[in-house]
Amino acid sequence: MTNELPPGLALQKVDERIMTLNVGPQHPGSGHMRIIVQIDGDYIVACDPDPGYVHRGEEKMAEYRNYITNIPHLERPVIHDSCNVLYPYVLGAEELLGIEVPERAKYVRVIASELNRCIYIMYWLAIYGIFLGHSTMFMWPAGDRELLIDLMEKMTGARVTHAHFVPGGVRNDLPPNFEDVCLRQVNYFEKRIKEYAAVFYDNPILIARTQDTGVLSRQDAIRYGTTGSVLRASGVDYDLRKKEPYDVYDELDIHTNVMKEGDSYARSRIPWLDMIESCNIIRQALQKMPKSGSVRTKLKPNPKGKGLDSVYKRVESGRGSLGCYIVSDGKPEPYRVKLSVPSFRNLIALPNLLRGEKLGNMPSVYWSLNYWPVEADR
Amino acid sequence: MIKDLVTPENANVFVGKLGDILEKAIDKPLGYAINWGRIWSLWPVHIETACCSVEFGAASSPRYDVERFGIIEAFGSLRQCDLVVVQGTITRKMAPRLRLVYDQMPEPKYVIAMGACAITGGLYFDSYNVLPGIDGVIPVDVYVPGCPPRPETLIQGCMLLQEKIKRMKARKFV
Amino acid sequence: MHAASGEDQEDEGQEVCMMSSDTATTAEKKPVAKAPPPKPAAKKPEPEPVELPVFEKGISDKIVEKFGDKIEVAFVKEDRVRINVGKEDVHDVAEFVRDELSYDHVESVSGVDYPQDNEIEVVYHIGSYSDSSLARQVLVLATRAQRETNPIPGNDATKLPTLRDVFYSVEFHEREIFEMFGVFFEGHPDNRRLLLPEDWADLPPLRKDFAIKGR
Ligand code: SF4
Repeated sequence: MTNELPPGLALQKVDERIMTLNVGPQHPGSGHMRIIVQIDGDYIVACDPDPGYVHRGEEKMAEYRNYITNIPHLERPVIHDSCNVLYPYVLGAEELLGIEVPERAKYVRVIASELNRCIYIMYWLAIYGIFLGHSTMFMWPAGDRELLIDLMEKMTGARVTHAHFVPGGVRNDLPPNFEDVCLRQVNYFEKRIKEYAAVFYDNPILIARTQDTGVLSRQDAIRYGTTGSVLRASGVDYDLRKKEPYDVYDELDIHTNVMKEGDSYARSRIPWLDMIESCNIIRQALQKMPKSGSVRTKLKPNPKGKGLDSVYKRVESGRGSLGCYIVSDGKPEPYRVKLSVPSFRNLIALPNLLRGEKLGNMPSVYWSLNYWPVEADR
Repeated sequence: MIKDLVTPENANVFVGKLGDILEKAIDKPLGYAINWGRIWSLWPVHIETACCSVEFGAASSPRYDVERFGIIEAFGSLRQCDLVVVQGTITRKMAPRLRLVYDQMPEPKYVIAMGACAITGGLYFDSYNVLPGIDGVIPVDVYVPGCPPRPETLIQGCMLLQEKIKRMKARKFV
Repeated sequence: MHAASGEDQEDEGQEVCMMSSDTATTAEKKPVAKAPPPKPAAKKPEPEPVELPVFEKGISDKIVEKFGDKIEVAFVKEDRVRINVGKEDVHDVAEFVRDELSYDHVESVSGVDYPQDNEIEVVYHIGSYSDSSLARQVLVLATRAQRETNPIPGNDATKLPTLRDVFYSVEFHEREIFEMFGVFFEGHPDNRRLLLPEDWADLPPLRKDFAIKGR
C-alpha cells in the first residue's frame, strides 16, 4: 500500500491540484527539521525531507581536539542517550590507543547504557504521545523518566550530559549503595511501564491511527538500510547486542523483540518492549558485576594512535546501530571521526513511507521512525 | 469659576489637559493590570533548535511542571504566542527562520536564550556553522546558562522574565 | 539554581561583546593555507599478519579471486575486511559483493581528505541483514577520487561513480559527501545539498584546507 498511490490519484493534469506544504522547522509536528510535502487533496504524493537545521560540524571539530577532549561534544547529538552515542567512539579509541578496560567498568558501562536507552525511549514516547494528541502519554513517560534520570545523576553527577565513558573505562565508580537503589528503581520502573499498555498501546484510538499506516516491508527495510526499532518492527531479527556483542553483552542473556507488521504501530511498540528487556539486562548486570575493583585504566596524557590506522565500531543505541569510524594518523588528535547515526539512516525511509499516506498520518509515521533530528544532522 | 477658565477658545486645550491628567491617574494601575495579565499567560512558540529542547520538555513534565508559573506549554499558533525560548544552538541555516518566527509574532514578545549555545555558542564556539550567540539575531530578555540548563534553572529564568515584565512599561505596546 | 542573580547585570556586557564577535566572525571562513598534518601514508604496504581470521579471509579471497589485482586487500581483521579499489572498478566490486556475497546495505559512507596525495577517499561500510553468518561482518570498500586545489563542487575532476543503483541506502549518504567534500557522484539522481545552509558558498567544510575559526 505504501509505494503505490491510491486509485484516483493518478490524474492526468495533476499539477494544478498539487499543493506544496512546508512542515517545519517551526511546527509542532516536525521537530528540528523541515519536511516538504506535496499533497493532492488529503494524500501525500511526494515528500522531501530537509534536515540540517542543527548541523553543528561535530566531525570537523573532532579533528581539532584530542581523544579525551572530544568526549563532551561528541555526546551532544543525543544528550538524553549520551552514553550510547559515545560508546562506539570510546570503543574505537580504545582499540586505536591500545587500552584495556577493567571488568567492572564494562559492567558499569552496560548498566549506564541500558539506563540511558530507557531514558531516551521514554522521552521519545512522550513526544510520540503528545504528537498523536495523547496528553497522558506525554505526562506519564516524562514523569517516570525522572526516576532513571535520578539514578544516572547519582552515578555520573549530571542529569543528561554525563560524559561518563572515557577510553579506558568510566569516569567514576558507582556511588555506595547504588546497586540496591538501582534495583529498586528499575523494578518499580518496569512495573510502571507495563501499565502503559492499558492506556496507550491497547487504546483503540491509537490502534486506529497507527495500524496499517506507513507499512515498511521486510525487503524494503533491508534495502533502505534502516536500523534499530524500524528494522525489527519489519521482521528482521537484528540487534547488535546479540549479533556483535561488545563489552560484556555476550555474558548476558538478551532477548530481541521482533514484530512482523512493519506499520507505525509495530514501530512504536518495539521500543517499549526494548525497555522491558533493558530492565532485565540491568538486573542481570547488577548481579554479575564484580563487587569491587578498578573502573578505569590510567591513561598517559595525550594518548596517541600508532601510525595510520582506522577502526569502525558500532553499538546498539536507543535508535539502532550507531557506528563510529575513526582514522588516526599517529597524532593526539584523530585524523577523521565519522559518526554513522541511526537517525540519518532511517531518514531515507521517510519519503517512501509517506508517499500515498494521508496528511493526517504524517506525525504518526514520522515519529514512529524513532528519529532525533539533532543526531541526524550532527 | 470653571466657566471663566474654559472659554470656547481654549476648550480643546483644557480637554486635552484633562485627558492627560486622567491618563496619569490610571496609567499605573492600568499598566499594572495589563502586565499582570501578561505575566501569567506566557505562551512559548514551539520552535526547537537543538538539544536543549530535551530539558525544555522535562521542564513541563509532571515533576517540574512549569505551567504552575504561567508558562503554558501549548502547541498553539505563532500568532498567539508571546515568548520565544531559544532552546540551544542556532545554526546558520536556522538563524533566518528564527528571525522570521520572531518577526511574525505580535507585540509584546519576549525572548529567553536557553543554554550556553544560545548565549555564546557554547561548546560550538569554533564550529563553522554555529552562530556565536543569538543576540545578533533577536533581542534577548533573559539568559539561562547551562549545558543544558536544568529545568529548575529554566523555571528560574522564566520567573526572572516575569519580574522583568512586571517592571516594564505596559503602555509602550497598548 | 545557579542562574539566579548574576544574569541581569551580565546582559548588557554579553550583548555588546557578542555583537562585536559576531561581526568579526562573518569573515572568518577564508580557506587558510594551513600546514597539512603529517600525512597518513596513502596505501601503506600491509605486512601480512601471521594468523588471519578464517571466515574473513574467505570473504577477501572470494573478492580477490574475482578481481585479481584490480583490488587491494588493505587488511583482514576480526569482523572487518577492507578492500581498496580504483574508481573504475568500484561499481563492479559493489555489484559482486551484493549479488554473490549477499551483503545488502551500506551502513555509512565517509569521506577522508588526503591533501598530500591529492586524493579524497570515500569509504563505504557495507553490512548484511539477510545473511545471519555475515551479521558481525562489515566490509569496508574504499575508493579514491582526484582532489582539486580549487574545488568547484560538481564541475571539476572530483568525481566518482555512484553506488546508489547498487545499494539504495547510500542515497542520503552520498548527498552528504557531495556537500562536505565536493565529491560529485555521477549518476546519482539527486545531488542537491542536504545539511549545509542554502547559501553556503565556501569550500566544502570537511576538507582539510577548510580551517575553522581561531584554529
Ligand atoms: S547548550 Fe548544551 S545542551 Fe544546549 S543546545 Fe548547546 S550543546 Fe546542546
